[in-house]
Amino acid sequence: MSAKKAPDRPSTDRIEKRVVLRAPRARVWRAISDAQEFGTWFRMKLDGPFAQGRTVRAKVAIPGYEHMKVEMQVERIEPERYFSYRWHPYPNDPAIDYSTEPTTLVEFTLEEALGGAGTALTIVESGFDRIPLARRSEAFRMNDGGWAGQIKNLAAYVA
Amino acid sequence: MSPSRAVPVFVALGDPTRLRLLGRLSVDGPLSIARLSRGTGVTRQAITKHLHTLGAAGLVRHARRGRERLWELDRRRLETAKRYLDQISAQWDAAVDRLKAFVEV
Repeated sequence: MSAKKAPDRPSTDRIEKRVVLRAPRARVWRAISDAQEFGTWFRMKLDGPFAQGRTVRAKVAIPGYEHMKVEMQVERIEPERYFSYRWHPYPNDPAIDYSTEPTTLVEFTLEEALGGAGTALTIVESGFDRIPLARRSEAFRMNDGGWAGQIKNLAAYVA
Repeated sequence: MSPSRAVPVFVALGDPTRLRLLGRLSVDGPLSIARLSRGTGVTRQAITKHLHTLGAAGLVRHARRGRERLWELDRRRLETAKRYLDQISAQWDAAVDRLKAFVEV
């Protein structure tokens, strides 16, 4: 898992995660494209199925973050290969109307892992440079101290 | 940051020439205006104006070196952006771990 970026150039626009999952492609596809399964591992309650062009609303199901409401605008679905949606990253302040702000694009790409070892999954979230820097700074301040604990909780849960 | 202070930052980042200037300064900076305009097809006057816009937003600053005025990135703002990305990156790491546990049973 590593982010692709030019050396010494601060990339503040995109995040890339690459992982090989020891599971068949059909299984991984279902976990990503079935809204209920997606919600299970992502920890959100989604209000309906994913479909191209559809907006799915969700509530974060992580203790302490239940106030976070998420809107996923599904962009493209190519069975067992590609799934993408747009959302507002970090919509953690219920007092702020994020709907007029730019969104980031989240893309899941599935491939056969080399040697039949499972499924290679790439997740890219891009477009952060279009998010107002002031918002990025606020998001950090509001979570200062909170996130370290949150990550620890998550690590304990999956261990 | 108050909205009134945030507006110049947003405006400053919303222009391709200024984004290119930031990119250039992040790789090769500090640089003079002459160096920054060379080969870009953009006049020195225009580059100067863009640099002042970036400067007003606190994204770049200039220092005098001898007879030359050099422009460089003010990294504090970029650090904010980077820390923000690091946080979201950590969220994705946790989500990927959960997905892994979910499908590898």
